[in-house]
Amino acid sequence: MAAGTGSGRTVSATFSPVRGWLLLPSWLVIGIFLLVPVLLMLVYSFLTKEFRGGVIWEFSLAAYDQFVFDRGLFGDDPPKIEWAYITIFVRSILQALGATVLCLLIGFPTAYFIATRPANTRAIWLFLVTIPYWVNLLIRTVSMKFLIRDNGPLNEALLAIGVIDAPLQLINTNFAVQLGLFYSYLPFMVLPIYASVERYNFALSEAASDLYAPKWTILRSILLPVVKPGIIAGCILVFVPSLGAFLAPDLLGGAKTFMIGSLIEEQFKGNAGNWPFGAAASMILLSMVLVVLLFYARAQSREQT
Amino acid sequence: MTSAIALNGVRKDFGTFTALSNVSFDIKDNEFFTLLGPSGCGKTTLLRLIAGFEDTTAGTIHLYGEEIENLPPNKRPVNTVFQNYALFPHMNVAENIGFALKMLGWTKTDITLRVAEMVEMVQLGQFVHRKPSQLSGGQQQRVALARAMAPKPKVLLLDEPLSALDLKLRQEMRTELKRLQRETGITFIFVTHDQEEALSMSDRIAVMSSGAVQQIGSPNQIYENPANRFVADFIGETNLIASRVDTADGMNVVCSLADGEVLTALANSPLGPGTTGVVSIRPESLTVTKTAPKGESLRGTLGDAVYLGTDTQYTVQLAKELTLKVRMQNQFIASQALAKGDPVFVSIADGAARFLVD
Amino acid sequence: MNRRFDIKHYQGFLAITCLCLFILYAPLIIVMIYSFNDSASITNWGGFSLRWYADVFTGPESEKFKLAAWNSLSIAVMAATVATTVATAAAIGMIRGGQFRGKSASFALISLPIMVPEIVTAVATLIFFSTIGFKLGTLSILVAHIVFCIPFAYLPISARLQGIEASYEEAAQDLYADRWRTFRYVLMPIMWPGILSGFLLAFIISLDDFIITNFIKGAGIETLPTAIFGSVKQGIKPNIMALSTLLLLFSIALVTLSYFIGKRGQEPYPTD
Repeated sequence: MAAGTGSGRTVSATFSPVRGWLLLPSWLVIGIFLLVPVLLMLVYSFLTKEFRGGVIWEFSLAAYDQFVFDRGLFGDDPPKIEWAYITIFVRSILQALGATVLCLLIGFPTAYFIATRPANTRAIWLFLVTIPYWVNLLIRTVSMKFLIRDNGPLNEALLAIGVIDAPLQLINTNFAVQLGLFYSYLPFMVLPIYASVERYNFALSEAASDLYAPKWTILRSILLPVVKPGIIAGCILVFVPSLGAFLAPDLLGGAKTFMIGSLIEEQFKGNAGNWPFGAAASMILLSMVLVVLLFYARAQSREQT
Repeated sequence: MTSAIALNGVRKDFGTFTALSNVSFDIKDNEFFTLLGPSGCGKTTLLRLIAGFEDTTAGTIHLYGEEIENLPPNKRPVNTVFQNYALFPHMNVAENIGFALKMLGWTKTDITLRVAEMVEMVQLGQFVHRKPSQLSGGQQQRVALARAMAPKPKVLLLDEPLSALDLKLRQEMRTELKRLQRETGITFIFVTHDQEEALSMSDRIAVMSSGAVQQIGSPNQIYENPANRFVADFIGETNLIASRVDTADGMNVVCSLADGEVLTALANSPLGPGTTGVVSIRPESLTVTKTAPKGESLRGTLGDAVYLGTDTQYTVQLAKELTLKVRMQNQFIASQALAKGDPVFVSIADGAARFLVD
Repeated sequence: MNRRFDIKHYQGFLAITCLCLFILYAPLIIVMIYSFNDSASITNWGGFSLRWYADVFTGPESEKFKLAAWNSLSIAVMAATVATTVATAAAIGMIRGGQFRGKSASFALISLPIMVPEIVTAVATLIFFSTIGFKLGTLSILVAHIVFCIPFAYLPISARLQGIEASYEEAAQDLYADRWRTFRYVLMPIMWPGILSGFLLAFIISLDDFIITNFIKGAGIETLPTAIFGSVKQGIKPNIMALSTLLLLFSIALVTLSYFIGKRGQEPYPTD
């Protein structure tokens, strides 16, 4: 397997003697300022809370316990299930799933459409879809809030046309949060699907058509299976950030739409905070994300064997 | 005179795959030496070992008596012309050619002089300020050559430098390269899979296959006296007929073929009776006649004829599975009126048959 | 080609695409339009005016915003510079370092900041700084930004490097260049569009960051996103819309710049 020097090898060992030095900075920076902090956070989740924020270095399972059980303030009452936090977690998962489905319904046709444009216009379409992503997420969320609030332009327009009689209560609802999440992460669904469809060989569709398959059957039975990796990647890229999102629920939602992100943020604000609890909630969120990513990685490697 | 390159027991493994096994030979000073073989035979690997881009798994490499296999490429006075030229795209022709000189710390004046010399040598005067993307394939090739020769290397390595050029250009460059080697006196080590190139340009050729050297010799030696079946088959065209030695007289052997017919052939070394092998006869050393010729001949039936301009190539069926390819110049065929299906005699030119041990 | 026989065509996909683009741009465009609203109320249109832009630069809150902008920009430049340098070194180590144990671990580590949800990173970083007693302020923000900018810078740089054949470096070494000079004279000139793209990407990411910055900035410092957020919490005011529009246009300009640099980097250079 003598690789010729003209064979286009691009992974090589030309710098291998110094690779240790080259990789050291990234190892140090990420190791010290991310890996260690996450481990420290794990430790904190097992400590006792200090009343004005911070921790007492005493082992305690109180933080995790607090999620599920309500132990009452006094005495040895048997623990009752505390539903509040469980609800928050379940709601977050449902919201994230909802956002993913919404992104898929709109994102897939969009990605497909762009990928089937002629080469010169394709880049422009793609550019148009990605530009909004580059606008600050905060600004995007604020603009969405501005749009759908009670006396906002959307309601004004609908009132003016006469579709509705009174302004729609859009803000501070689950729907608003859904919309916000969908709006935040839509490009993440479009891009991987676009990449997959762009690589798809349409001769397969032509062959199927030649063999009497109707168009939508072709889409379902031929295109989708081939494009599946892109779809899965897109779903993961929307689901994971949605799960831990903070801005959309905070700005567009209210007390009734509390999600994990807001729950965690609350624990570190001022004097009402409970650091170990916040750390525990973060650990649980991180674990959920890692589980999803692990499944994805395993599905990937199984695909390749 | 010390050899330009002395290889001793060189071995290269890539994981469990052995690309080169126990290669040992010398390349002489001022020689145009070619490594020839099919893809995967190890010729490029060997070149890269000499250049320094790979480490030897075992064995030593000496350059004019100095051990170099532990030196990195930028410490070896050996330069390479890459197959895809690898011209630095952001530098113009002059900067590319002068690169090594800059690295070696030559003064600006010396660099300018030498670059001008090299540009003159490859005749690219008007293109000096162009970037590689503005040059044709042939021009890029000449820049690559000039760049590698500018620092006056002791040995020049060329990795299939002509493979990307079209036929006419390739033929022109063959003459060019030969001329350059003669004029500069630098030892050239040339890698190719094209045997015509190897035969036409080289002083000596090393034929390689599957990581081992099959034979080293001059083009004439390789062609006329192949050492084994692989070389006979790889170089030019040949007929290979299974046979067994009946009697031997030094290197001359009398051997019998599968169908019982008998031939005389020349072997590479003294052999004993009963040795099995193949007889190799080049198609141009065979003649087809309708009437029995003087001397030994084989009988068969004439098959298809392929007209090739100057020659015609015939297929002659000898016995059940034995067919021979015969090539004859058309000026000698006209008189005979040969037709497919005719019974014919095939005679062998004196001394043309070679017996090769399995 | 007659639509009905175009194998790629599906009814309604164009409509959905347009809907998608509409949804993406509508809120932004609305904000832009209302930023020119003459009325102080954000609900009624009072006529075209630039007063809110003037307000951003000279009004009562302008000092606060200017300071926040200065903080954001300076942190972004520093973070992007450091992150790009670290990412370039890492890319060369990963792609030109041959095979080695720990290669996949290195890659996992480099991607870690993108994998971990932002809020988790924010909490972990806050806990870390608090434990070691690191004072929260500009420096803490800078350090946190460098960490999550590294993978963003790494992506375009490694993509670019993977498209460059190793033969250029081999040729350089063949011609007596040592590793540093191979990088300086050969590799970097060919790589630079990727490095610049990485820098711009890291810059934008740092500029736009809210969650992590908000967590660890301490009380005295504001960046532009945190200042905007603080203001929005009290109600959406027209000057915020003007500021948002400015920031929006700035981001788009940077992305467009990055795109054109990326295209320039794809100029054909001889690969055969």
